[in-house]
Amino acid sequence: MLDRLAALGRHVRQLLSDLGTATRTFFAIIAASGGLLRRPRLVTDQIHFIGNYSLVIIAVSGMFVGFVLGLQGYYTLNKYGSEQALGLLVALSLTRELGPVVTALLFAGRAGTALTAEIGLMKADEQLAAMEMMAVDPLKRVLAPRFWAGVIAMPVLAAIFSAVGILGGYVVGVRLIGVDEGAFWSQMQGGVDVWNDVFNGVIKSVVFGVAVTYIALFQGYRADPTPAGVARATTRTVVIGSLSVLWLDFLLTALMFSQ
Amino acid sequence: MDFPRGKVIAVMGGSGSGKTTVLRLIGGQLRQQSGSLTVDGAQVSTLNTDELYKMRRKMGMLFQRGALFTDLTVFENVAFPLREHTRLPESMIHDLVLLKLHAVGLSNAAELKPSETSGGMARRVALARAVVLDPELVMYDEPFAGLDPISMGVTANLIRKLNDALGSTSIFVSHDVHESFSIADHVYFLSQGKIVAHGTPKEMMASTHPYVKQFVNAEADGPVPFHYPGRSLAQQLGFSGGADA
Repeated sequence: MLDRLAALGRHVRQLLSDLGTATRTFFAIIAASGGLLRRPRLVTDQIHFIGNYSLVIIAVSGMFVGFVLGLQGYYTLNKYGSEQALGLLVALSLTRELGPVVTALLFAGRAGTALTAEIGLMKADEQLAAMEMMAVDPLKRVLAPRFWAGVIAMPVLAAIFSAVGILGGYVVGVRLIGVDEGAFWSQMQGGVDVWNDVFNGVIKSVVFGVAVTYIALFQGYRADPTPAGVARATTRTVVIGSLSVLWLDFLLTALMFSQ
Repeated sequence: MDFPRGKVIAVMGGSGSGKTTVLRLIGGQLRQQSGSLTVDGAQVSTLNTDELYKMRRKMGMLFQRGALFTDLTVFENVAFPLREHTRLPESMIHDLVLLKLHAVGLSNAAELKPSETSGGMARRVALARAVVLDPELVMYDEPFAGLDPISMGVTANLIRKLNDALGSTSIFVSHDVHESFSIADHVYFLSQGKIVAHGTPKEMMASTHPYVKQFVNAEADGPVPFHYPGRSLAQQLGFSGGADA
């Protein structure tokens, strides 16, 4: 019994220590970001790496989610004779919820794992230590540019996901099933509010961008410097990143859309 | 341990004897638990991060595996410290980098990625990067490990020549007796974190210290046991008694 209590105590202490380290590293990255204003190229290169490489999977996924929304939405709305509202349903689902959330989950799997593996391997290969010995802070030179690139890329990718998804819903709803095209677009235009729907979706994707990118970077930075350590860190990025997105989504939805 | 200005010092010893730890302590990557460590008049353990980084600008370090940045070319790797710490025009950076790469025989490999270089080439690129800012102190962690005999000789000569040309201090840790003794002014032998002997290469060659003798002559028997300590083979195989095989 005492052994179990001791083990629990150790576990809780380790958890608190990890949380403290994670918080301290987060603020250290923020504090190390000032120099990026003088060297924006460091961030734009990473936006290209993170954003461009995630573009295909985001666009293709958005299209298929749009197709499914078109089919499912039509099936449900048709029961109540409201299939004219299909455009509104697709747009609201994507901008408020699916765009930011699914993009963040895909981002964690595609760009997040790449970031963790890259940083972890740099650590295992002593590249970060070499940088420190050259009097260059890895937080400033490596982590901060990648962090801001992820934060900037996420809302752009979510917007692309939503736009492609709406087009997917249009193809299935209007072109294949035969919903009236005018009703599809006009209901969407009339029902989607820029501030309450689109802007809140953008806020969500920025928050997810901060969370997922930071989790990926932190896991890489704290990885055991071995191949097995980097593999474990990559897995943790997907698990912790995905759960954080879902948990934050619930929190943000409750805050934004509750009356 | 003393590392006087202008000298080439070898730190030698078996695996796990604390050679690399000495370099990490000097570079401030580790803090000593007791005693004191002074570099250029400053106590390393009392320096804050900014002061430590300022001190490191006067240092260069060659890591055991090179530690080249894999996303940059050979040229960009060597240019990295210049771009981070100087405001030199691009044309001057270009010339300086090519001169350093020429010194290590790799000016024609400037556009290669580290993944396209051999282990020996990567080490030589890392050497060029370590000295590109003409540091006052250069530390080399196993500079000869994994090199072919030709590269080993060239690298050893390069360490000596660079040291003399820059007027800097060089500290290198190595297992290689022949190359180390050929370029070092002074040699320290470490075992289990302690200095067991030190002196000029000539003195070390003539030393009767059992550890130095075993190391210099590559003898299997001596103060450093070949077998990891523990039960004898006879005991492990289930026979009673028996001496260690």
